[in-house]
Amino acid sequence: MATYAFVLLAVLAVASALAMVLNKNTVNSALFLVLNLMSVAGLYLLLHAQFLAIIQILVYAGAIMVLFLFVIMLLNVDEEESLFDKFRAIYLVAFLLGVVVFGQIVYSLGGVTDLLPEISADMAYVGTVEAVGEVLYTTYLMPFEMTAILLTAAVVGALMIAQYKVKTSDQEE
Amino acid sequence: MESYIPIIVLLGIALVLALLLMSLSRLLGPFRPNTNKLNPYESGMDPVGQARERYSIGFYLVAMEFIIFDLEVVFLFPWAVKFTELGFGTFVAMVIFIIILFIGLFYTLKKGTIYFELKPSISNRT
Amino acid sequence: MDYLYDLNTFIPATIAAAAGLVVLMQSVYKVKINTIFGVTVFSLVVALLFALRDLFGPVGTSFYDMVAYGGTAAFGTLLVITGTLFCVLISRDYLEAIDHHYGEVYAMILFATTGMVGLAVSNDLIMLFVGLETMSICLYVLAGLIKEEKTGAESALKYFLLGAFSTGFLLYGIALIYGATGSTNYADITALTDISPLFMAGSALLLVGFFFKISAVPFHMWTPDVYQGTPTTLTAYFATASKAATFVALILVMSRMMPEIEGVGWTQAISVIAIITMILGNLIALVQDNVKRMLAYSSIAHAGYLLVGLAAGTADGYTGVLYYLFAYTVMNIGAFGVIAFYERNQALDFTDVNNYAGLGYKQPVMAVLLSVFLFSLAGIPPFVGFLAKYYVFAAAVNAGHITLAVVGVLTTAASVYYYLRVMVFMYFREPHKEFDLVNPGAIFKYALIVLCVLTVYYGVEPVFPMGSLIELLTSYYTETGPAGMAGP
Repeated sequence: MATYAFVLLAVLAVASALAMVLNKNTVNSALFLVLNLMSVAGLYLLLHAQFLAIIQILVYAGAIMVLFLFVIMLLNVDEEESLFDKFRAIYLVAFLLGVVVFGQIVYSLGGVTDLLPEISADMAYVGTVEAVGEVLYTTYLMPFEMTAILLTAAVVGALMIAQYKVKTSDQEE
Repeated sequence: MESYIPIIVLLGIALVLALLLMSLSRLLGPFRPNTNKLNPYESGMDPVGQARERYSIGFYLVAMEFIIFDLEVVFLFPWAVKFTELGFGTFVAMVIFIIILFIGLFYTLKKGTIYFELKPSISNRT
Repeated sequence: MDYLYDLNTFIPATIAAAAGLVVLMQSVYKVKINTIFGVTVFSLVVALLFALRDLFGPVGTSFYDMVAYGGTAAFGTLLVITGTLFCVLISRDYLEAIDHHYGEVYAMILFATTGMVGLAVSNDLIMLFVGLETMSICLYVLAGLIKEEKTGAESALKYFLLGAFSTGFLLYGIALIYGATGSTNYADITALTDISPLFMAGSALLLVGFFFKISAVPFHMWTPDVYQGTPTTLTAYFATASKAATFVALILVMSRMMPEIEGVGWTQAISVIAIITMILGNLIALVQDNVKRMLAYSSIAHAGYLLVGLAAGTADGYTGVLYYLFAYTVMNIGAFGVIAFYERNQALDFTDVNNYAGLGYKQPVMAVLLSVFLFSLAGIPPFVGFLAKYYVFAAAVNAGHITLAVVGVLTTAASVYYYLRVMVFMYFREPHKEFDLVNPGAIFKYALIVLCVLTVYYGVEPVFPMGSLIELLTSYYTETGPAGMAGP
């Protein structure tokens, strides 16, 4: 059962990723990316990483994709402009580098022959929301609080960059 | 695995319902297209330019804030399920976290991010 | 665990974060900008005092091994806070002159400082990443402060894109290291005995991410454009405080996370990077007419000298790097500060070295200050820059890296040309047209004079006056408490 689900989700993930890259319409690409993120979330679920799966849908497929779409509409990119108008040596270098990265992944994962690992009860517990809560607010307390500063700085920074006008001469009023 | 069956059923219902409604309206409704019907305007002047206009930067700011506070919710979930066991120190830590983010929210509200007509501005004179 | 005790080891960053939030609220309520400036300076001075206290305090880790305190970490905190304080002090008049003086700038600086301290004291890869991101996000915004100008927008965009790219490398490296070792904690990773290819790949990517941030040569392309488009006093902040924080984090990673794989080849890799960084940085700096770009390439070259100490891989080398960072912070903020003063005069474009003709006699104090800072940057004996270079090169020679030291000395000799060129223009050329310079403000002037005194004092005082500082810092790598100090 889990194997069939894995094959289905994996094929869906690869197909939607290809469709995203090859599609010329940027909005369609973004929508294929949503499908891709959803199927990856399904893969997380198969590995018993519940929290990660929910976050993937909630944050990536939800919030981040909204931002993607806004940016696409903000920039108003036209559909044309083929990337491959002429062959350049850099494409070959990029291709070779891609092969190297792929080879590295195959090499490091080559020993694993099972489609899905056997997941014990202990391993399954690590992926639950409770387990994340246990370590996030004890071991990782300091990075957690620092994240609050990071997010606040991001809000203020976005406003500073997107502001319409700057006036400094009228501070005393 | 069994605990996910309701979710899968729900997803299935959503998919079936969407397909059903789309095909029903196509099957039951009359479908006789002609050139005039497919035009955006049946009379008056021809539409000029694309339908996709450039958005105001204000939308982008709102989306940005949505992400930030979405992330805050993500941090709240694990805390909420373990709330009783984690103790008072963690409660204080979470309060500090929320206060810091609230200051950020308060700042953007005061600077008029969500009121587009105010034109968000760093200036102290609005 | 005792949260209050742990918080006690992390006070400087806490103060900076709290001050940032206060400043943010003040700018909402239209508080006078001078009050905001005062709050910023006051909080940084208090943080500096706490950082000094921590420097002589115990050594250890807190917050479940997330954060290191004492020793190198405390020195890193001190460097970051010192750099930030002086950058803020020289920023007010300059930002007013370019009409970009508002409270949010100080809030962003304080948030960035929080991130830098978090980065400099990190003892875990997660903490390292969060600290680095907090710092970077704020710096992207500050780089684009003058967004009306094309150079400002270019600077912010370039910094953001390449910064995000390098963060990707860093994060991928962290992920691979976690995959290979099952931990993000430095001590746990060191305890691992067998080194898998996965771990090597992860460490390499981690180092690439670091090299981007410190602008070592194959990854330096963003530096000149970013430094040019950023307001000059904030460029000083980028060049000193953020570089100091990143280098201290790199020292902690090298000394605590991967000591036993030195023989595997990190030293050779860092040596190669150091050599090409020194050569390329200095060579391109020779032909720059824009003073800010010249200082940008000079900062790339200085990253090369710093890497020499890191490549030595000994306690001496690390201490040399820390001392160099202190020297670099002091003299570089000074140099950028004087250039910012000249830029405040709208008469000519004072980023062009040709317009420095005859400036030496207009505001003699400022010209003398700039000369001192440039002499020190060039590594000429009576100033702190010489002593810093000596420590770093001596450590490299002792560790057997003669080539590194030779290249370092030769490129230093070449660098004298472009530093002295500015002074030649100031003192020995006739001005093109007549103009008057504005008066430097009192705070601005005295901040620069303090920096100048530090530059001269630590240059003539051969022993570091803080007593056993070098032993104190050295003790941190060997993990034995220094004599007379309470251990963790």
